[in-house]
Amino acid sequence: MSLSHAGENLIEIRDLSVTFPSEAGTVRAVRNVSLDIRAGEVLGIVGESGSGKTVMSLSMIGLLAESATITGTINYGGVNLLSLDDDAMSKYRGKDIAMVFQDPLSALNPVHTIGRQIAEALHIHSDISKEAALKRAVELLEIVGIPRPAERAQSYPHEFSGGMRQRVMIALAIANQPKVILADEPTTALDVTVQAQILDVLKTARDMTGAAVVLVTHDLGVVAGLADRVAIMYGGKVVEIGNVDEVYAAPAMPYTIGLLRSIPRIDGAESSRLTSIEGAPPSPVALPTGCAFAPRCPAATPQCDASVPELVSISPTRMTACVRQSEIAGLQAGGKLFVEGPRHIASQSTGDAVALDVRGLKKTFPLMKGSVLRRQVGSVYAVDGVDLTLRAGRSLALVGESGCGKTTTLLEILNMVAPEAGTITVLGRNVAELSKKQRLEMRKDLQIVFQDPFASLDPRLPIGDAIAEPLDNFGMPKAEQNQRVMELLELVGLQRDHASRYPSEFSGGQRQRIAIARALALNPKVIVLDEPVSALDVSVRAGVLNLLAELQEKLSLSYLFVSHDLAVVQHVADDIAVMYLGGIVESGPVDEVFARPQHPYTQALLSAVPIPDPKVERVRKRIILQGDLPSPANPPTGCRFHTRCHVRSTLSTELAAKCVNERPELTDRKSSRVACHAPLN
Amino acid sequence: MTTAHASSTAGADGLSGERLSRGTLIRRRFMRNKLAVFGLCVIIIMFFMAFVGPYFSQWNYYENDFENLLTPPSSSHWFGTTQIGVDVFAQTMRGLQKSLIIGLLVAIFSTSLSAFIGSVAGYVGGRTDRGIMWVVDLLLVIPSLLVLVILSRYYQGRSWLLLVVGLTIFDWMITSRVVRGLAMSLRERDFVRAARYMGVPTRKIIARHLLPNMASIIIIAATLNVGGAILGETGLSYLGFGVQAPDVSLGTLIAEGTGAALTYPWLFMFAGASLVLTVLSVSFIGDGLRDAFDPGSAKSKKI
Repeated sequence: MSLSHAGENLIEIRDLSVTFPSEAGTVRAVRNVSLDIRAGEVLGIVGESGSGKTVMSLSMIGLLAESATITGTINYGGVNLLSLDDDAMSKYRGKDIAMVFQDPLSALNPVHTIGRQIAEALHIHSDISKEAALKRAVELLEIVGIPRPAERAQSYPHEFSGGMRQRVMIALAIANQPKVILADEPTTALDVTVQAQILDVLKTARDMTGAAVVLVTHDLGVVAGLADRVAIMYGGKVVEIGNVDEVYAAPAMPYTIGLLRSIPRIDGAESSRLTSIEGAPPSPVALPTGCAFAPRCPAATPQCDASVPELVSISPTRMTACVRQSEIAGLQAGGKLFVEGPRHIASQSTGDAVALDVRGLKKTFPLMKGSVLRRQVGSVYAVDGVDLTLRAGRSLALVGESGCGKTTTLLEILNMVAPEAGTITVLGRNVAELSKKQRLEMRKDLQIVFQDPFASLDPRLPIGDAIAEPLDNFGMPKAEQNQRVMELLELVGLQRDHASRYPSEFSGGQRQRIAIARALALNPKVIVLDEPVSALDVSVRAGVLNLLAELQEKLSLSYLFVSHDLAVVQHVADDIAVMYLGGIVESGPVDEVFARPQHPYTQALLSAVPIPDPKVERVRKRIILQGDLPSPANPPTGCRFHTRCHVRSTLSTELAAKCVNERPELTDRKSSRVACHAPLN
Repeated sequence: MTTAHASSTAGADGLSGERLSRGTLIRRRFMRNKLAVFGLCVIIIMFFMAFVGPYFSQWNYYENDFENLLTPPSSSHWFGTTQIGVDVFAQTMRGLQKSLIIGLLVAIFSTSLSAFIGSVAGYVGGRTDRGIMWVVDLLLVIPSLLVLVILSRYYQGRSWLLLVVGLTIFDWMITSRVVRGLAMSLRERDFVRAARYMGVPTRKIIARHLLPNMASIIIIAATLNVGGAILGETGLSYLGFGVQAPDVSLGTLIAEGTGAALTYPWLFMFAGASLVLTVLSVSFIGDGLRDAFDPGSAKSKKI
């Protein structure tokens, strides 16, 4: 994993620019980028959406849209790839340069078996017999860790889970022993435990083929563990490139500095409040004349706007594009860059007031079959006995992978009707006993902020009207509504005159602020936050998280925070409840659970989260779980986790049998509650 | 993430700090669309002409001038005369009165009906949906023209309003099915769910969130319905139902005039031109409304 075995330049990109025509003007997706990819290395390309990272990687393989205008050269083995037509390019595609796409479902053909698809890839580039190709396909599937490969080669893509499909994509990519594997956000659509599996497979694939891997991602943590070198992109340019250790240890470009300090870390290494980079990434249609980062940069000077800074070497292994690069290190050391206040301290209110209490909540969905005579053939146990306690003034994080039932739990709480089984108590009142009128009153105290601010605001409603909606609903006079809307806009850091604008005029971060303002309109006591930052760009997440922390202090709110991102949870929550397949497996104070996870699932989950620090990341031991989340329609007996548990094999025979036969209850262990038969270690 | 951020993406104009409601915004954006305002003016002028115009003409739509049979436009007969010496200008104005009212009313009624019924069915779902869709399917398979013809013996000679009702009843189903489909997908959107969790009642959700988000489809349907209703009324009149001689509508005039469109163009041209002008103006207004409702449309980007 060091630079030593990374040899000569395999691909040399020189002065590459890509533009697209659009109605709003010319989109300058990539601007004069020069970059080398060395044999056998892992190069991480990190950037936010719109930074040009995907366009750049697609230009290497000739897969850009016809409308794109490409200038510059991409030199591979003495051939300029950009000068080739589509037929000539096909000889390289899949053979020398292979690609792993973000969404494996749309990258695989749904009407062919995967064995056939891999065999086809082999056929195209070599004179291999049909039988040999199929045999090789099975071998490849085995390499990428697909169980029962001979059998699974006969399956169609829809019969695989997301993680398995991504393994198939990797098998396809390495089929012809490529020299370069381009992986575009290969794990973004996957859960964290599956992500750990896929990154592992990617490592194996690289070791087997000796190919260089270009890992395109927005996740600095993923790059830290895998890459040798990292290139940071912003506004269509590479703004910093270098050896991964050096870049993470001493970033030289203000954007990199801000980015690294804006992401929460699961190991809790940040001592101050998260750095929030002002503003939003620039639109590739209207890029500034000078440095693209200058409008957001705390170290910007007038000369930054004069011309676009190019990459300059600051050491044999490092390059950075900043006109003040010689001063940045000094500024940073002097604490003059991205000054932030002290970290939000978990509220110490340990009062007994309970804001929200859920006991034994159950929700099943019937599985129906037949179109004329519909009959129930089974049930999906989406939520199966969930206990949650949110104390007033605190934040409780509900954590779990997709499909574990956390969203269903939220919806059950928000519906405020008697659940299928169990009780939901909001601010001391059982929702099952509320009259219609009382329920409406209760809604004032319980509000929600959705995950995707692009979907949660009506595109046809000016944001002032959107924020006023709950006020209007509870009969507040128009004049007072206006007053309150203005207050709320200022509270969340927007301007008063924004009230008459439509949501489309705002960036993602601003929209989430609007959604928060709407949730705050009625002075609620409890706010349910459903993955509030996961749809946002990395550099604007910190701003929203800081805002949430501030608001909690100022308005003494209680948050029920649902997330799959443990690093974020670690940063904002006081308590945590870990959910697996419809049930809570561990709950307790965040610091306690993160420091001493006791349930095997919690341990695996925590170890799977990448840390944006190459040194830590390389020596960390991962617990890689086997397989995928079982279907909630047919959950395992006993402990739901026993099919994937890594601890069970170390237990005595009786205990191991107990895991299969008896479902463990949540029991107090030290300061947290754990549902596991295994003894405390 | 304070003011600098906000103004960078959202622009910096309009520092008044005053909040404009959606209604005001839509009115402003509509008024900025020149073509739409032009269309609105044309419709108003045509209404005015249709009702006031006849007073300026010396002829009446039921009078015959036996000295001038089938004469081209002249100073005394501005639009010429027909085979039996009726003044075409007077006929066109009378026809315009009928058709404008019938066309616009049918379009407004049937579109409102389909928007209302479709969105209720789509949003509420369940039994309500199934019941409503059953009625829709039933009405779709009934041959509407036949029913109107059979019923015509009851409404013949009575108010033309009954004709509007009849045309409306058989004109809303297809649009309502489209609207229902859209409502079903909008129902699952987060902003609708957010409103539900705020306790916003169903009727307000439909009015505030569903209908504006389906505005393009509804407005297009309404625009098409204007032309459709005028022609539908023509069909009925042609069969001897609907508007009866000596009374005229644009539809009857066009139907009678088409035969001689090349030899005696004035019989057909003026009524045809009025119809084209009406439908065109309505579609301009429709476009303007659609752009005014849609914040993403390039034409009305500015507030």
